[in-house]
Amino acid sequence: MRILYFAWLREKIGIGEEEFAPPADVTTPRALIDCLAQRGTAYTAAFATKALIRCAVDQEFCSLDTPFGAAREIAFFPPVTGG
Amino acid sequence: MTHRISVQEADFDATAELGRLAAGAGGVASFIGVVRGEVGGRALAAMRLEHYPGMTEKTLGRLADAAAARWELSGCTIIHRVGRLAPGQNIVLVATASRHRAAALAATAFLIDRLKTNAPFWKAEEYADGSVEWVAARDSDSDAAKAWS
Repeated sequence: MRILYFAWLREKIGIGEEEFAPPADVTTPRALIDCLAQRGTAYTAAFATKALIRCAVDQEFCSLDTPFGAAREIAFFPPVTGG
Repeated sequence: MTHRISVQEADFDATAELGRLAAGAGGVASFIGVVRGEVGGRALAAMRLEHYPGMTEKTLGRLADAAAARWELSGCTIIHRVGRLAPGQNIVLVATASRHRAAALAATAFLIDRLKTNAPFWKAEEYADGSVEWVAARDSDSDAAKAWS
């Protein structure tokens, strides 16, 4: 699975994207965050405040609690600020 | 309706863009967002904009379709810049054309309000003192976008 990070999440983690195979029992973006947060101090810091994190599954905005099924791409980012 | 969506680093030519929309329309309404020179009294050196390539274009296309379903439009243009922009430079152009001014004005307001809360762009402000801060989402923007539902 391709995981993407944007804005300050990308800066804190230090990369914009990576390949990651989540364990079989990780089925929602929220659980995936918990799983990624254990990968090191940069990840832990980036994901410290879940209330500030939004996600998109296969390029569609999604709740952190919606199961991602066989998604190929999940992106994590802060609330959008365009315009 | 024809629509033109572009996410680009280069500046846009607003006159040319509006002229293209005006052909055959009764009127054209537009909004141009520009980089501010200061935020809360602090001088800004630049604004950095990033986006989610692929998802952004898809989202903007859907917003244009939603506007066209709601108002009688003959054309719609959304151009959003990314990269590092200096104060005074253009950030975004939203423009719509219609036979009726009310439709064009309302559709333009709808598009910029929805773009701010629904399209995957992020802004960081570079201040003249060297500090950099990511812009936080504002409740007022969220309220403005919801008011159209």
